[in-house]
Amino acid sequence: MKQGIDVVGLYVRDQDEALSFYVDKLGFRVHTDVGNGGYRWLTVQHPEQPSFQLGLFLPGPPVHDEATAQALRAIVAKGAMPPLVLTVADCRAAYAQMLAKGVEFTQEPVERYGTLDAGFRDPSGNGWKMIQGRG
Amino acid sequence: MSEAPVLQDPDLLRRLLRAKDRMDAASHEEWPVGRLAEVSGVSEAHFARSFKQAFGIPPHRYLLTRRIERAMALLRETDRSITDIAFDTGWASLGTFGRTFRDITGHSPSAVRSQGKQTVRELGAVPECIVSAARRPGLTTAVSEKRRQAANGTNRPEQTQESS
Repeated sequence: MKQGIDVVGLYVRDQDEALSFYVDKLGFRVHTDVGNGGYRWLTVQHPEQPSFQLGLFLPGPPVHDEATAQALRAIVAKGAMPPLVLTVADCRAAYAQMLAKGVEFTQEPVERYGTLDAGFRDPSGNGWKMIQGRG
Repeated sequence: MSEAPVLQDPDLLRRLLRAKDRMDAASHEEWPVGRLAEVSGVSEAHFARSFKQAFGIPPHRYLLTRRIERAMALLRETDRSITDIAFDTGWASLGTFGRTFRDITGHSPSAVRSQGKQTVRELGAVPECIVSAARRPGLTTAVSEKRRQAANGTNRPEQTQESS
């Protein structure tokens, strides 16, 4: 693919925590991890989707003033950021695997509309839906 | 009316969200404040106050909206009896369910059932939790207050003080 969405960012409360969650528990891998002073650009990608990066970003300076950063941290912690959807080949198997690794599920796999879906949160509070692909 | 927003600690908010998630996952269960407070790791008094501050609604009322939402989905999407739906969504009696349902939605369960059936499949491409959230009844006033307003034909602003 030559054109399309390259990076979409998430706000997280702690980049090390987010990194270990997305890499160790979800099986993503690091695409870019570069820093300059207190600023760190960190993106991960799904191993089967190298054309897309998920940015794990920290609210704060130099991008945000402290009041804005505080508001963003609160919004993330309240689970109010937009939904994220992960497609998996086998929802029950992914659920069992992730649960064993300590992923915080908000919904166990449920059959709906001819497929299966489950829900989980990352440590920061970002909500994911995990839907089994229709093949 | 206007209160200065009080900043809440993100770590506390994250733990309050956990209690909200637990109600979301099992709204048919009983969720006394003590149980919720334990999930969030705070005292009962602190829980009720900080939950309302964080999510704009007392925990018990939030639970009611989830139960009604679930009942509405079951009315639309299944042919199960209204009595079964009432008990399965967490009410102890059919009477309480019917009354609360009407107070919150403005319709009886059977009216919602007959109106809603044809729209079920249209939103199939949207994750079910999002559809449910979009259909969740707003409940910015206490149910008792809503009843009073309906009886008086008035539309007063939300109470700022109330116990949950």
